[in-house]
Amino acid sequence: MNAIKRTIRDIFQYPSAAVGATIILLLIILAVIIVIAFPYQKAINLWRAGEEVWYKSPKTAQPKWVNWFRARDLPETLFLSTLDGSATKTIKPVTEDLTQVIMSFPFNYNYDYFPQELSVFFKANFNTKKPLVTLTWVSPNGEMQIANFSIRASESYRVSQDEKLTRKLSGLPPQQALFVDLNSAVLSPVKGPYELRIVGNLFEKGDTLDAEMVMYGQVSGWAGTDHLRRDLLIGLMWGLPVALSFGLIAALGTTISTMIIAAIGVWFSGWVDELIQRITEINLVLPFLSILIMIGTFYSRSLWIILGVAIALGIFGYGIKGYRAIFMQIKESPYIEAARAYGAGSWRIIFRYLLPRIIPVLVPSLVTAIPAYVFLEAGLAVLGLGDPVIPTWGKIINDANNNGALYQGQYYWILEPSVLLMLTGLAFALVGFALDRVFNPRLRGV
Amino acid sequence: MTNKEPLLHLEDLKLYFRTSKGAVCAVDGVSFDLGYQEAVVVLGESGCGKTSLAKAILRLLPRNVDTYSGRVILEGKDVMPLSDEEFRQGVRWVRMSMVPQAAMNSLNPVLKVGDQVAEPMIVHSRMKKDEALAQAVKMFQNVGVPIDFLGRYAFELSGGMRQRVAIAMSLVTLPRLIILDEPTSALDVLTQANIMNVLKRIKKELEVSYILITHDIATSSELANRVVVMYAGLVVEDSDAMRFFSKPLHPYSQMLMASVPRLRGDKEPEFITGQPPSLYNLPPGCRFADRCPLRFSACDQDPKLVDIEGRRVSCWKYV
Repeated sequence: MNAIKRTIRDIFQYPSAAVGATIILLLIILAVIIVIAFPYQKAINLWRAGEEVWYKSPKTAQPKWVNWFRARDLPETLFLSTLDGSATKTIKPVTEDLTQVIMSFPFNYNYDYFPQELSVFFKANFNTKKPLVTLTWVSPNGEMQIANFSIRASESYRVSQDEKLTRKLSGLPPQQALFVDLNSAVLSPVKGPYELRIVGNLFEKGDTLDAEMVMYGQVSGWAGTDHLRRDLLIGLMWGLPVALSFGLIAALGTTISTMIIAAIGVWFSGWVDELIQRITEINLVLPFLSILIMIGTFYSRSLWIILGVAIALGIFGYGIKGYRAIFMQIKESPYIEAARAYGAGSWRIIFRYLLPRIIPVLVPSLVTAIPAYVFLEAGLAVLGLGDPVIPTWGKIINDANNNGALYQGQYYWILEPSVLLMLTGLAFALVGFALDRVFNPRLRGV
Repeated sequence: MTNKEPLLHLEDLKLYFRTSKGAVCAVDGVSFDLGYQEAVVVLGESGCGKTSLAKAILRLLPRNVDTYSGRVILEGKDVMPLSDEEFRQGVRWVRMSMVPQAAMNSLNPVLKVGDQVAEPMIVHSRMKKDEALAQAVKMFQNVGVPIDFLGRYAFELSGGMRQRVAIAMSLVTLPRLIILDEPTSALDVLTQANIMNVLKRIKKELEVSYILITHDIATSSELANRVVVMYAGLVVEDSDAMRFFSKPLHPYSQMLMASVPRLRGDKEPEFITGQPPSLYNLPPGCRFADRCPLRFSACDQDPKLVDIEGRRVSCWKYV
């Protein structure tokens, strides 16, 4: 216990290591909180859900905080619904069968930029005759009817896709034209109170009609959204425990098994050692990444299969040669001979005498191996071989790349996962280097 | 002191190593007896096969063994035909144990010394750890290591203390015979004397016998009941300590004794000219002949051990 305390004190003598350790600690705490607060299944369901869950958020919108750095704010998303009372709805019976529903969606528009899109989602309940709706746009410039159509039980209407409206607005995209004064030459939004008024005619007794209006902004959430309107925060957050556990399991799995195999080879020597060395040499010639890509392409892209293969290929890695050299030296030390003399069995010597001696060498290499595997997973995901179900940082970068994020200036989409990856790598590297100095006396004081 | 049946009887024990140049006759037919509660000192200069003899008795063989033969009879039972596993379970460290050369380095640096001393008990008697530790505590008291040292690591102890821990480790399974391979070399004189006193006390209290391997004639005279002098893998003289230290018989023993510095007297300590012969392809004849001042024609033939009043010596001079 004291030794551990002393080691920790030694490590914290290096400021860089203190920084690294703090970051790692924060990442781990965060990962635990995320896993507890957002259980895996819930997160996956959200991440895999389509439009019906994410229809309230804009596509590829930048994160909210970009507004802090802008002179003029980008519009945020506005959501008004008659279902939750944020919009008013009055029901007016006209005849015995005919009912008129008047819904009003009033809002103030104070941005210098246009919204991304304006959509209305209808939810109607009727027997045979479809309800008829009329949409009226009330802006500071006046009033105008924008559409008039009958709807199904569930109907969505997007102004940008209404070609009739586009023609009516002299060819400008409707989501922009609706906000400008068409008589003036300036093409910028007019600030002030707006209202979308929907009048619905229900032709049968007992019919109901509700509507939701979404004015999609250009910023959304703390991490922005992707091409499927998903909040990137969920993907980025879940990417953390996935990355950490992948890195840790792979690093532990390979270094510990490598160490044990090297010790077994050295201790039993003879054909056992020969076999292990030959397998290692063959394994070292095999192209690691290509094999992983092949497995990802032809067999399975599951994160756990890739993890298993990464460990399997890593077991007989370079580590074996290095550890073997150290074990050869330890094996000849008098205390091993003494242990043999008092009858300690081979396995007892391997696990109680050989292995503990190498832990000082093992710990730094273990810590620096963690980010290597995190990057490996991210690299495979960027190449399109990421797990199809689990959100990972590499997968987000891959999505961004596939959707031309950089061509369209959606830097946040690439930068957010990259920064997280680099932060993780940096933290482990800082701690790893300091551990190396603490455990390797030759580097001390350098 | 001398029982009818000896504790240990060695008969023509041979241990040859295989090398690229041929077989090395490290132990070339050694025979001697050791009684109960007796200490025999094996003397000889470096490279004469003393440590190999210890290893041959304990069957701690390196991989390049060429010949390993002879008889080792321990408490009336020949242990040579036993399989390695039977030997490990029933003989080594159960009936005879060893304090290895450079005992200070023979402690596992990552085990606490208490656990280290308990290790042979755990390995051999399948004892629970706390029982083994209790036994270790007893042995610590026997060798005079404070009990609060149990929780320390080997590198936190001084050389003398480490040596005591190594001795405690050899005692912990209560064997009848302990082979001490240079237990006091690399220690200062005061600590040497201290360790010797500990060994003497243990011999009496725990009724053990020692094979003490050393080149330190002065210190060994403290403990020895008998002296065996080895030269080039052979026993050249086997004598009781009393008579050996006052009047060694073999010319090599005489010169060995003469090389010990004395406090009083005008005699300069003598040294033996030349080198011990290389142990490959030994020619026939007395192996000491080349360096012997008393060489004569008979020395070209192999000498036999001759009995002179209970002492055995291998020199043509006494035939």
